[in-house]
Amino acid sequence: MTNKLLPRPRVLRSLRVPLLSRRKTERIGGRLFLITTALPLVLVVVIALALLARTYPILETQPIGELLFGQTWHPLRGEFGFYPFIIGTLWVTLVSMLLAVPLCLLSAIYLAEYAHPAVRAVMKPLLDLLAGIPSVIYGVWGLVAIVPWVQNVAAPASKRWLDFLPFFAVTNTTGYSILAGGIVLAVMVIPVIIAVTYEVMEAVPNGLRESSLAVGATRWQTIKHVVMPKAAPGVLVGVVLGFSRAFGETMAVLMVVGNVPRVPSSIFDPAYPLTALIANNYGEMLSIPLYDSALMGAALVLLVVVLIFNLGSALLLQHFLARTQA
Amino acid sequence: MRKRLSRRHIEEMFFLTLMGISLLIVTASLAGILLTVIIKGAPVLTLDMITKTPQGGYYLGKEGGVLNAIIGSLYLAGGGTFLALIVSIPIVLGLNVYARNTRWANFVRLSLDLMWGTPSIVYGAFGFTLMLALGLRASLLAGIIVLALLELPIIARAVDELIRVIPAELEESSFALGATRFETALAVILRQVLPGLATAILLAFGRGIGDAASVLFTAGYTDRIPTSLMDPAASLPLAVFFQLNTPFPEVQQRAYAAALILTIIVLLTSLGSRCLASYLGRYTVK
Repeated sequence: MTNKLLPRPRVLRSLRVPLLSRRKTERIGGRLFLITTALPLVLVVVIALALLARTYPILETQPIGELLFGQTWHPLRGEFGFYPFIIGTLWVTLVSMLLAVPLCLLSAIYLAEYAHPAVRAVMKPLLDLLAGIPSVIYGVWGLVAIVPWVQNVAAPASKRWLDFLPFFAVTNTTGYSILAGGIVLAVMVIPVIIAVTYEVMEAVPNGLRESSLAVGATRWQTIKHVVMPKAAPGVLVGVVLGFSRAFGETMAVLMVVGNVPRVPSSIFDPAYPLTALIANNYGEMLSIPLYDSALMGAALVLLVVVLIFNLGSALLLQHFLARTQA
Repeated sequence: MRKRLSRRHIEEMFFLTLMGISLLIVTASLAGILLTVIIKGAPVLTLDMITKTPQGGYYLGKEGGVLNAIIGSLYLAGGGTFLALIVSIPIVLGLNVYARNTRWANFVRLSLDLMWGTPSIVYGAFGFTLMLALGLRASLLAGIIVLALLELPIIARAVDELIRVIPAELEESSFALGATRFETALAVILRQVLPGLATAILLAFGRGIGDAASVLFTAGYTDRIPTSLMDPAASLPLAVFFQLNTPFPEVQQRAYAAALILTIIVLLTSLGSRCLASYLGRYTVK
């Protein structure tokens, strides 16, 4: 048998590259395709290294511990402490997750286990729509609706009834607060968490539900004791994904959270998340020594945290899918 | 005679009520967002708004519209989507035709997922360091490059999912006719995913046009319409953000109009991708 390829089939003639034989096209094209597959990995590494290189000057003057846990932020005096910003990010993200996770779990359970197909058919595109709305629009909504609500309804109510609780003291009357940021972020991550949760609950085999129902369990008992334990790792992945999305969100938070660089002590305090720090100061960062280096360091912190979370959730999901399919 | 409800039924009803409330809150917040944008934007959305650039002074001029941001956004997102598309096609074909089911393929998918999860402000910061290294100013080109980075994983992952569900027989038939893998990739696989590709492109475009944090550093902001790749370019999300922060109601109105225009563009893109998928899907092998 000859080792030569037959002439090109007729349907494929349009693809002829005149100067190359088909064998060469195959070899060169294949190699090119394979080389390009390295691009995503290269990009992630290059982004991390580039940010690290820009952060290096500040790491030479300040140990990393001082940078991460320093309390004071005075760029003009060369004092760069990320601590208030890191804590601000954590507060806003945690408040948003506390609000979003129960809502998402309940909604996803309903959609996956109880909902009429027609409800499902309406809700799925609606959630996709919610996921597609730009973050700046969420910010406008927060500014127009949520901030005044916090100022006029939530804060006075909390002052009257919840003031004795540790995290509910009302010290700030503007409405620009961690609570406002948390609410806006919660609505932003809802579609992400619901989509993942819904999918993993769908993946639980129906036979399990049927056996549980057959021995007399109610639907809720079936969900509680059969479906949820099976889907739990996947649900966790959804929550982690939502967390990392909220953690890195910039515009919507920036617009409603107040941006005061102080360690907050109540959900009605303003905060200053890392993302807002970067976005607010890009204009002046080249005019003050080491300022740009500090801001790139903040971006690096964000990138590293989000990479760790996403890597963890991706590995967890792979593990989970391998187990359910086995 | 009525049967007394047992505890477990009460529990079920309790949680069902909670679920109903949750779903209501989720739907209501979507409606709330859309209503806010429409109520604030619709009264100020005049013809001047979409046909004129801001007039009467840099940044804070009180006349004119947001044409600069509309055109800037379309340039930015269009360019970014195009760039992301021509880079992601070879990646996805290489992944599925030449590296199929290898550890490397899983690894590449993982890195695409990591890229997807990277916050856009990090891309913005990276774009900024890139600009400093190359000596570029804030420009349309820099914005396009950064948006392409942001959109690359969206297109690549969406198309990847589509290719994985193509029936193996289709590829085998192509091989049986004597086609090489390269020819099969371009003539059979790519054609089979074309409808899905169109959806993925629109999805990425919608994501790109709405992203503010990445273009904040890289594309700059200007009242003029860019005429070359090296000019700075305005964008709708930044038009909303900057103009909402000004103390002048006239300028804020432009922000609300820009928000409504942006929302309409994004919703149309989303709707368009659905229609396009079913329209183009007529001729694929199911």
